Amino acid sequence: MNFLYLTFLFPAIGFLLLATLRTRLSENLAAVIGVGSIGLSALTTVYVGIDFLNNVEQGGKYVQTLWTWMHVGDFNASFGLHLDGLSLTMLGVITGVGFFIHLFASWYMRGEAGYERFFSYMNLFVASMVLLVLGDNLGLLYLGWEGVGLCSYLLIGFYYSDRANGEAAIKAFTVTRVGDVFMAIGIFIIFQQLGTLDIQQILVLAPQKWSEGDPMVVAASLMLLGGAVGKSAQLPLQTWLADAMAGPTPVSALIHAATMVTAGVYLIARTHTVFELAPDVLLLVGVVGAITLLIAGFSALVQTDIKRVLAYSTMSQIGYMFLALGVGAWDAAIFHLMTHAFFKALLFLSAGAVIIACHHEQNIFKMGGLWKKIPFVYACFLVGGGALAAFPFLTVGFFSKDAILLQAYASGHTNLFWAGLVGAFFTSIYTFRLIFIVFHGEEKTHAHSIHGFSYWLPLGVLLVLSTFVGSFIHQPLEGVLPAFTSATLEESKHFVEILAIATGLIGLAFAFVFFWGERRIAKSISESGLGRLLSPVLRDGCGFDWLYNWLFVKPYLFIAAINRHDAIAKLFDLIPSLAKLGNSAMSVTENGRVRWYATSIALGAVLVLGAVLVLQVTFTH
Amino acid sequence: MTLSALILIPFFGGLLCWLSERLGAGVPRWIALITMSLVLAIGVNLWLTGDYSSVAGTGGLNWQVEEQYSWIPLLGVSIHFGIDGLSLVMVLLTGLLGVVAVGCSWKEINKNVGAFHMNLLWSLAGVLGVFLALDMMLFFFFWEMMLIPVYFLIALWGSSAHNGAVRVKAATKFFIYTQVGGLVMLVGILALVVVNYKATGQITFAYETLLNTHKLMSQELQFILMLCFFIGFAVKLPIVPVHAWLPDAHAEAPTAGSVDLAGILLKTAGYGMLRFTLPFFPDASQEFANTAMLLGVFGIFYGAFLAFVQTDIKRLIAYTSISHMGFVLIGIYSGNLLTLQGLAIQMLAHGLCAGGLFILAGQLYERLGTRDMREMGGLWARFTYLPPLLMFFAAALLGIPGTANFIGEFLILLGAFKVVPVLTIIATASLVLAGVYSLILIHRTLFGQPTSEQKLAELSAREISLVVSLAVILLVIGFYPQPLLNVSVDAMTFIQQTYAPADVSVPLPIGGAASPVAP
Repeated sequence: MNFLYLTFLFPAIGFLLLATLRTRLSENLAAVIGVGSIGLSALTTVYVGIDFLNNVEQGGKYVQTLWTWMHVGDFNASFGLHLDGLSLTMLGVITGVGFFIHLFASWYMRGEAGYERFFSYMNLFVASMVLLVLGDNLGLLYLGWEGVGLCSYLLIGFYYSDRANGEAAIKAFTVTRVGDVFMAIGIFIIFQQLGTLDIQQILVLAPQKWSEGDPMVVAASLMLLGGAVGKSAQLPLQTWLADAMAGPTPVSALIHAATMVTAGVYLIARTHTVFELAPDVLLLVGVVGAITLLIAGFSALVQTDIKRVLAYSTMSQIGYMFLALGVGAWDAAIFHLMTHAFFKALLFLSAGAVIIACHHEQNIFKMGGLWKKIPFVYACFLVGGGALAAFPFLTVGFFSKDAILLQAYASGHTNLFWAGLVGAFFTSIYTFRLIFIVFHGEEKTHAHSIHGFSYWLPLGVLLVLSTFVGSFIHQPLEGVLPAFTSATLEESKHFVEILAIATGLIGLAFAFVFFWGERRIAKSISESGLGRLLSPVLRDGCGFDWLYNWLFVKPYLFIAAINRHDAIAKLFDLIPSLAKLGNSAMSVTENGRVRWYATSIALGAVLVLGAVLVLQVTFTH
Repeated sequence: MTLSALILIPFFGGLLCWLSERLGAGVPRWIALITMSLVLAIGVNLWLTGDYSSVAGTGGLNWQVEEQYSWIPLLGVSIHFGIDGLSLVMVLLTGLLGVVAVGCSWKEINKNVGAFHMNLLWSLAGVLGVFLALDMMLFFFFWEMMLIPVYFLIALWGSSAHNGAVRVKAATKFFIYTQVGGLVMLVGILALVVVNYKATGQITFAYETLLNTHKLMSQELQFILMLCFFIGFAVKLPIVPVHAWLPDAHAEAPTAGSVDLAGILLKTAGYGMLRFTLPFFPDASQEFANTAMLLGVFGIFYGAFLAFVQTDIKRLIAYTSISHMGFVLIGIYSGNLLTLQGLAIQMLAHGLCAGGLFILAGQLYERLGTRDMREMGGLWARFTYLPPLLMFFAAALLGIPGTANFIGEFLILLGAFKVVPVLTIIATASLVLAGVYSLILIHRTLFGQPTSEQKLAELSAREISLVVSLAVILLVIGFYPQPLLNVSVDAMTFIQQTYAPADVSVPLPIGGAASPVAP
């Protein structure tokens, strides 16, 4: 376990090598460094993980303090790593899935300009993400938190020559930074109240300092939730994720599906004691998740870009995780986080393969009939899509989503449960819609077949993990997160299971009727009055962009524009103008005419005498 | 002799630069480089040999080296230097940026090279004097001395984009603003000395004696004198609304001038507030704190909005400086150890970061012949090393964790939240705007279709090493700020104890729910 620090050091070194050597590296060497560093990090994780599971008792932890980061008065933040079941799970997902995505990327990005730049950002991202999950205090967590945000910015804007990508990147960074500001304020509140930022101490001190529902703990948890919704693209800060698809596809797989966007879930789980002290806020977490998963599900139904469909499905799946957190199903949330990382990475990487096969075409209506050309990708898409739609028993997604729905039902929050079920129905429809349109029907483009070891190995591994095999992975969360308890858990098990299976299958049937073959019904709906009205709104994310544009962007630009010449500075420029005015007024009097001088002397004398007289009179009285 | 040497070396070095010009343009450059390296070396030596955290907790003054020579005994004026942790941090910054300023002028300045370096070194000598002086007359002497060379730097070696009149106007504006501020402060200094003389019969300009003068005067008088000092420093910091000289001066100054201005000269104002305004007038400062912090928050937003709309890259950076100075005000007037320690890091970080950005802007100007960002774009494609470096400094500017800027802002906000929660929340919200102006800088310069396919001249080893060394220092402080925090701890504890927010029995009206800070 002493080697724990290597998990972030390897990617950091990889970043430094790639960033400094730059164009001197050949593509192959850059790939070896970029992928190899993550591979070493993943191996370290395996070693540390085995060591941890063998030597630390259940629910235990291992702390490695590297150095004192900041120590001022009674404020002390160390640069320390904290490993427990939760962070080990996250670490495994980040380095494991991360490694396969890197491997895939070494194939996907080949021949692109800035190959080494791409891998330098990716490595920096993994280093930041590892620090985020291992940091033993909120300051260090915040370091990783902002670090991954920066990497996300850099990678969304990777194709710099199109300014639209840069704008998408700025949008992503700014929207998540709004969340970061909330989180920073949450950190300030916690420090002001508890006097420490050490997470384990916070978990101990919080119940001592605060009673349930204390205004300060409500404020603190609300602010943390603000940070979480920003990073995890939940309502109301979800608008950036769809635009973030401007980045290369492996980026979407790693950052905007498998790891970074789940950081909000991790944050809430990490600080669960604080949220449990504010039950209303915890419930709000569930409600936010439920609304997001519904809205995102609707939006996914009408997207035409293959990556945007997946982006909305990501929002929706993270909505499930939030829902699970909200009902206290902590384990289920983290389980879904892990399985989602498997199948969504698989889907995004397969989508990348589809895009390559179709010569960088992303519009699904220009694809079709691809299953014959790229059968392996088709298989990946089937398994990944099946897992996304929670296809019963064969896929890993079924087990995790079923756990969430069951615990939501058993917890008594039936509204959240029904929302989750409706969401599952829509998930099934949009997933199979995507598969039917892309892989079936008539061929519209000439797709070429693809080969390569670094292409099929990552897909193959993720494919296996996305089947029921993935559900055998045991997450060591006992003792770290509170276990879910409910009297009605056992009796409602079959009811929920049957309902969930039925919903998924009905959704599949709907998708078949609407989107198989000619898609007559779907076309007639979209061409009807209601369809014409609704589909553009849904396609653009339900009008949130429009709303925020009017609420924030335009006022901001307006204020900036009206003061673009710095009015206050101009005000001070009046002083020299006044001086010049006085100068010209006075120089009029110096006109060289004797008459004028005589008059002014006389007038001046009268004025002075008069003044003296007035003063005399006032002072003698 | 060490402290006098710190000032005399750049003074005589400057003279030597001027005299040696006839031997060739390269000679003054090397002399200036050696001179500033020597200053930096002495500073590092003072750091290594001194113990700046020895009186921690007691809140006493901790001069590690002190020197005193007689000057005008009749008026109680002496040449008195002293160095503590706060001075040391500033001296190190000056030495470092001095080397960098000389380095970045190597190719840029080609006329009157000797005179240029004389002015540069003399302004740095003045700055060092400001940081070391413990006699108010001596302090004021250096305060005024450092301005004149900067005036010439801008007026004579400034931007060649317009005709000379524009840069002379900018230089004059700078000079008049700071002169007026200086004058107001001189009134404050003299009044302080007179009050002390009337009460004790002893005429003196000594810093440590004057520290007790506030006990000898009425609240009203204390407030007025405090304002005199505050205005003097506020113009220099600068604080909105007296900031108008800064963007013009930066836009017209040569790169070294901008580095000098943003990195070092502005810090003299923050230093002055910490060293003089707060300890001289603790009660009046306390009374004034809310106003000052409101001004700070206003300045943060005002600067941030203006930075966003600039088209001139140097003006953009200048306005971000104004925005960051708002944090300095909040840090000073929240006045607990967290904010003050954060401030030490923040001032250092801002100096290095703004310095780096100005150098990069200068390098862009040398290659493109314009500072107008509308004529840039697509620069990712046209350089290998400049874009990532620009990206790094933009990230530091927006306060990304892992850089020194984050440590400074984080500590300031963390500490200020205990004192003025509502204002702190508003100031924290400005981080979003910081993100926007930093990224718009990147967006306008690096993104888009390149205006030309032609590669631009790559940065030379000299240029890269200058900027990279600044970046490395920012990173090192960002990950391991503790050695620096240990340097400034005694000086900041002293300031905090004299300012003593713990004694505030009345809760501050802005966001009053907060509990008073424990000392």
